[in-house]
Amino acid sequence: MTAPTLAIDDLRLGFRGWAGTVEVLHGISLHIAKGERVALVGESGSGKSVTARLVLGLVQELRGARYSGRMAFEGRDLGALSRREREALRGDRISMIFQDPTSSLNPVYTIGTLFHEVLLRGTPGIGTAEARERAVAALADVAIADPGRVLSSYAFQLSGGMNQRVLIAMALANNPALLLADEPGTALDVTVQAQTLTLMQQLVARHGTSMLFISHNLGVVREFADRVYVIYKGRIVEQGPTEALFDNPLHPYTRALMAAVPRITGEGIPEIDEEQTGFYAPLVAHPGHSEAELRP
Amino acid sequence: MSPVVRLLIKRIATSFIVLVGVSLLIFTIARVIPGDPARIALGPNASAEAVEALRDKLHLNDAFVVQYGYFVADLARGDLGQSLYSNRPVTADIAAYLPATLELVFFAGTTMILIGVPLGMLAARYRDRPLDHGIRLFTMLGVSAPDFVWAVILMLIFAYFLPIFPIAGRISDSFAVPPVTGFLTIDSLIAGDFAAFGNVLWHLALPAFALSFAGIGQSARLTRANMVETYRKPFIEMALAFGFPQGRIARRFAFKPSMIPSLTVIGLDLASMLGNAFLVEQIFAWPGLSRYGVAVILRKDLNAIVGTVLIISAMFLIVNIVVDLLVALINPRIRLSQRSS
Repeated sequence: MTAPTLAIDDLRLGFRGWAGTVEVLHGISLHIAKGERVALVGESGSGKSVTARLVLGLVQELRGARYSGRMAFEGRDLGALSRREREALRGDRISMIFQDPTSSLNPVYTIGTLFHEVLLRGTPGIGTAEARERAVAALADVAIADPGRVLSSYAFQLSGGMNQRVLIAMALANNPALLLADEPGTALDVTVQAQTLTLMQQLVARHGTSMLFISHNLGVVREFADRVYVIYKGRIVEQGPTEALFDNPLHPYTRALMAAVPRITGEGIPEIDEEQTGFYAPLVAHPGHSEAELRP
Repeated sequence: MSPVVRLLIKRIATSFIVLVGVSLLIFTIARVIPGDPARIALGPNASAEAVEALRDKLHLNDAFVVQYGYFVADLARGDLGQSLYSNRPVTADIAAYLPATLELVFFAGTTMILIGVPLGMLAARYRDRPLDHGIRLFTMLGVSAPDFVWAVILMLIFAYFLPIFPIAGRISDSFAVPPVTGFLTIDSLIAGDFAAFGNVLWHLALPAFALSFAGIGQSARLTRANMVETYRKPFIEMALAFGFPQGRIARRFAFKPSMIPSLTVIGLDLASMLGNAFLVEQIFAWPGLSRYGVAVILRKDLNAIVGTVLIISAMFLIVNIVVDLLVALINPRIRLSQRSS
């Protein structure tokens, strides 16, 4: 059996500050098999985004960040890589999509120029003409009708949905093995978000890309993920296949999270007690879906 | 009409209005400050009749509005009148002295940008690390004292105690460069005299650095602040996530957006060097317009005062127009906006 695209074991992260070290991740283990779409769900501040940034190697460059645990990408130990090797993985083998598409695109360069830069990461020395050709094809893949116009535009001239498509096209342009999607499209309105996410799902399936989908939006997660990890205050509290987890949430926090979704029938926003001791209950894995059972 | 052309036309039009305002202001001030220019020009021993004749000749006995009318009519013909100090047309004096000042300001400005901006970039890239603190110390030094203080200190250290650089002047007497443009660097190159060119640069070094030191500090601090601001933007995080090396992110992705707010202020700094040059030119005995300006103010030479101030204002406005155009060129929002504001 081949190594999973991403395997994280007992990942801990702390930031050293004036008042000692603040630990934000308390031992996270998760993995993503090849071609699998895995969601990491939790509230703001639960540690889901920082996990993705650790995988990318961005957190390691912050001063004061101390982490332990093992992260392996396609069997390679990420912790053993030099800074240069980590940089080489980013944008080529691992890429990321961010929350706000418009502000994620540099405002003083055209989409075409930015796309060329992105393609240079995967194909060093690629020329302008060839880059443009590939960018046109990539934009056509994300259902952009006139790629030529988009390539010669700046981000502020395009709609948020259009920019989101551009970001998806850029993230997949170098055929990465792993796509990290950090609350993609949260800044967009719901219909545009749904369209672009469907598009992303189709493309990821076609390319066979593994995906870590980070979200607090349970509806979206249910739609797009094969498996779900629920994270609360830096700990994984429940894990299992999407269907089972949504049909039968086992952990008190997962139940609270699902109860917190406002109903369209208008029963008001549910009240959730901040300090529920049950939220700190140990990890619950659905039958056959603990890390030990799933890992080769 | 492209937005940039429209912007240019608008800037030129507003600059023209500013120039008219400046001319009125300086014309008035020059006439209300005490002292009779005719008496100062002729000296204390001249007869009252001679002074009165000169006052008539200079239209000083006419109403203020009439005097301004004469001035504007002359100006339209490119005539700024006669200087009572040098007994030459003011335009000829300006043509003789302006190149020296422009050359000094050009080199000071270039020094400011070539040193200040990269220092700011380095400080931003290594923010809160020793290099950043070192750069901060250096730039604080620059802004903590006025240019003329640095001019004196630099002259004492590098021209007097350690005679590395010349103490005064634009070029050593042993060189004779045929004047073409008045810019000695250009003229010496036209003459193909590289030794003279080197000599001119050698003379330029201290005054240009003294004039630019405060600007270096300010542009470095400004560049650092704007770059640090840019580093917090999502598009920089995205560039990091795509694995671009730090150097490339600094130079290509963070620098250009950061320069949009910096450029305007750096342009103002550059323009203000024209005014700061007054004292630095005095200290280094630089035969420039500033020294001429001080001399004519002390002599209450009306035409020369108005002419000098007008030329310096015009230079200031030209620098600002150029900076506005540069900002428009690097900021696509201005370049492409239909309402160029």
